[in-house]
Amino acid sequence: MATAAKGVVLLDFWVSPFGQRCRIALAEKGVEYEYKEENLWDKSPLLLKANPVHKKIPVLIHEGNPICESLVIVQYIDEVWSNNPLLPSDPYERAQARFWADFVDKKIYECGTRLWKLKGEAQEEARKDMIEILKLLEGELGDKKYFGGETFGFVDVAFVPFSAWFYSYETCGNFSVEKECPKLVAWAKRCMERESVSKSLHDPHKVHEFVGHLKKMYGVE
Amino acid sequence: MVSGGEVKLFGMWASPAVRRVEWALKLKGIKYEYVEEDISNKSGALVQYNPINKQVPVLLHNGKPIVESLVILEYIDEVWKHHPILPKDPYERAMARFWAAYSEDKCRDAVRRVFFAEGGERAKAIECLEETLRALDGELEGKEFFGGENIGFSDLVLGWMAFWLGVSEEVASFEVLDPKKFPWFTSWIDNFLQVPAIKENLPPRDKTVAFFHGYRRLHLAAPNC
Repeated sequence: MATAAKGVVLLDFWVSPFGQRCRIALAEKGVEYEYKEENLWDKSPLLLKANPVHKKIPVLIHEGNPICESLVIVQYIDEVWSNNPLLPSDPYERAQARFWADFVDKKIYECGTRLWKLKGEAQEEARKDMIEILKLLEGELGDKKYFGGETFGFVDVAFVPFSAWFYSYETCGNFSVEKECPKLVAWAKRCMERESVSKSLHDPHKVHEFVGHLKKMYGVE
Repeated sequence: MVSGGEVKLFGMWASPAVRRVEWALKLKGIKYEYVEEDISNKSGALVQYNPINKQVPVLLHNGKPIVESLVILEYIDEVWKHHPILPKDPYERAMARFWAAYSEDKCRDAVRRVFFAEGGERAKAIECLEETLRALDGELEGKEFFGGENIGFSDLVLGWMAFWLGVSEEVASFEVLDPKKFPWFTSWIDNFLQVPAIKENLPPRDKTVAFFHGYRRLHLAAPNC
């Protein structure tokens, strides 16, 4: 590795919600790290060496060791830096947190992609699915301050980066997240009051502009 | 046998995700009650305990449900700390979780594609599957198990491949498990299936083959189901 054996490096891509999870977790723990922006259309030798299996960001490199997969990285960060724990201490509550983080992982990105990529009936189905997914998450949040209860936790970290995509989902799918899931919108606003989140997420209009570029690339209009 | 409250597992005999939970329970000697679910006619209990996915496995511990097999494995490891499944070191834990995610995100999909591929699609699907086997083979180099000298989290999660991949090969008439191409992976299959907790907890081969023949026929007849 070209980087120092000690220290923390994050290989990332500016708009990636998966990368943002790692940025938020590191910030919550107050860990200093070197951020390296990757060009996904021209991946660096470092990235290809650090993640030979998937060749994807994010990758956290700690003391020369690469860790891949965003939720694996967040759990690693939580275990190495034990201040401000992201996962609760009770095993049952930890299982609930892992379930919901896994739910976000399996559902949101895939459905979101269908929303901007597809048209007609398929897009309409994606819209219905997205609303259902968001409502389920809102049900889990309930009247809590965060998914983690009083404390900002694992599920919050896993889900909040996607809040910057709500505007894009709404626009592509022709619905209103605020109307369908007002508690989620309120939750996202509360999360944005945390510096770890506000400094990691991008303006929703910038995200939507990025989606516009993707659409052009895939020939979607 | 260790106790630690009432443990119930809702499962389905042919399901690999259910077996991996059973393997963990057996390895730790945890006493549990097994409830066979008819997935074509899901019981009220299953819907009550897993309303989001309505799937097995569901672990009920002192009446509280835990769902998703990987989540269940980590829960079991945290509650019953003897005979640990995950290593202590955070980096090694991250590697174990990485390969578990690889099993669920890549391997399952790759096998599924070959299983249901017809005609021209098959060759490409087999190529993808072989790519995953190559990655696994590389990771196993010099090791008896993914967990090192003993089976661990990644072995339990990837363990479905030791049995159900062979079943898939037979049902869908393809062959990928070549010891010349994947020497470490094919050795691992032998090692894994020799572990008593695993060996004594596999579904009957013929019955499983028959089940997946039916499953494949059903899906090919109505692909959107």
